[in-house]
Amino acid sequence: MEEILSMNIAEIGELLERRELTSIELTRFFLERIDRHDRSVCAFIKVTEDKALAMAEEADERRRQGEHGPLLGIPLAIKDILCTRGVETTCASRVLEGFVPPYSAAVVESLEREGYVLLGKLNMDEFAMGSSTENSAFRVTKNPWDLERIPGGSSGGSASAVSAGLCVASLGTDTGGSIRQPASLCGVFGLKPTYGRVSRYGLIAFASSLDTIGPIGRSTLDLAVLLNAIAFHDPRDSTSIPSPTPNYLEFLGKDIAGLRFGIPEEYFVEGTEEQVRRKVEEAIRRFEANGAELVPISLPHTEYAVATYYIICTAEASSNLARYDGVKYGLREKGRDIIEMYKATRSKGFGREVKRRIILGTFVLSAGYYDAYYGKASKVRRLIREDFDRAFEICDLIVTPVSPQTAFKIGEKVDDPLKMYLSDIFTIPVSLAGLPAISVPCGFDSKGLPVGLQIIGKPLQEGLLLQASYFLEKELRLPTIPERYRR
Amino acid sequence: MKITRDLLQYLCHLARLLLEEEEEEMYLHQLNRILSYMEKLNSLDTDRVEPMSHPFAFACPLREDEVRPSLPVSEALMNAKETVSTLIKVPPVIDVEK
Repeated sequence: MEEILSMNIAEIGELLERRELTSIELTRFFLERIDRHDRSVCAFIKVTEDKALAMAEEADERRRQGEHGPLLGIPLAIKDILCTRGVETTCASRVLEGFVPPYSAAVVESLEREGYVLLGKLNMDEFAMGSSTENSAFRVTKNPWDLERIPGGSSGGSASAVSAGLCVASLGTDTGGSIRQPASLCGVFGLKPTYGRVSRYGLIAFASSLDTIGPIGRSTLDLAVLLNAIAFHDPRDSTSIPSPTPNYLEFLGKDIAGLRFGIPEEYFVEGTEEQVRRKVEEAIRRFEANGAELVPISLPHTEYAVATYYIICTAEASSNLARYDGVKYGLREKGRDIIEMYKATRSKGFGREVKRRIILGTFVLSAGYYDAYYGKASKVRRLIREDFDRAFEICDLIVTPVSPQTAFKIGEKVDDPLKMYLSDIFTIPVSLAGLPAISVPCGFDSKGLPVGLQIIGKPLQEGLLLQASYFLEKELRLPTIPERYRR
Repeated sequence: MKITRDLLQYLCHLARLLLEEEEEEMYLHQLNRILSYMEKLNSLDTDRVEPMSHPFAFACPLREDEVRPSLPVSEALMNAKETVSTLIKVPPVIDVEK
């Protein structure tokens, strides 16, 4: 059965179609692996064993009735920030402990229609605020490549579950890098779509002008299959782009010769680990050796991106998290009056990083400071976006490292929030601009830790990103599961 | 720009948060460090730049005012801690004698 771990969704689908495997068997395989391995990786907040088996049974029945579909009977896991009807959804926060959504997110509904199997909900930084999954109220997820290191964040559970072979693929979310960075640090593939490409209906909001949902998997094909299922126009999300969805699988295998890859000078300066830079540059040379053109470009406002982001996302978060007051759902602490109840509930329910960002967000939006901080940041945001618009006039894709370093040790940055924020320097500008980007494994450093390459595209060019990713995947053929988890 | 303890306490009141004294110390230090990093934005001239709130600003889509199914009340109230028929019970909203 272990061969399943080196198969993509299409290959597994073939086995199911030929009746060489049932979804029940496939699901039991992963549940057994979770039972054995998740005690070391800690990727899951909740394993939905009974539900998984029921969904697998239903998928097998649907197939017996003559139904087909790329995700029919495929076991997936979902970041615990997406509402799953009837299944507790916590955002890794005490303030939502026990919250059972009465509805499913749009992307989850789509997967349900396709007949997927839900293995469980995945750990994350609380309310998606973090870059290491150390901010979860429940547990710290480990990097499968080195259990003393972080898997990245905030979709740390999503990336490590895929890397440890505990599910076929997963869904994560990306607001400032939260799919790309953990995918990179865990040696797997992760895609952040164009803002608005995937409906945010049922996504518990962190920063509404930045939040996106995307797939994480062990191959480019897995990303394409998932993206086909989750990228659609949804009138329930007023920021959902009314564009038709291409068949993303059609981009896999297309030639990359003639494509212009922009190399931004600001992303290749001091501060990136030597071995990260080397692996990234080697990958870029592979594109060039196969007919791609390399174009030097400049994104001059890059150095202002982290400051801009942490003003905007905290402002939006302070607004979005105002709803956690103990009234309609979630934790409720006692108070003699309503204000006391709000304060007691929120102070008990929120972790440190969440409180820090709420306070900062409240400050930058408060009277007297709004123009100097939020107003200013909104303007710099436009400058950052215009940098990309100008660059994309002379190139088709932009390539950079995902992270200036490979996975750091658990506890290393937890006391220095600013240091933690600065580790997102390469992913943040893309988020501010609303562009799509993919993290592709491109090698390992001398400690055996994965390095990821970021490929950035123009709006709605997810297909081209998958095309480039597929090329590199076939060129490099890197392992996505560490040795100890291949059994 | 520096956040003082008074300002921090005011912000916490606005955000409906209650901090312990040691927490106040920690947040004061960390927030001021973060804010001072953000000063770098002041070196940019943005006088003639339009603010951007949103990556793709298209007009807010409207729909016909038709009644559509929505969440049944019983389901909507399932997660509330204290309910009385279709209402949610909370502590007093008006000022009480302390």
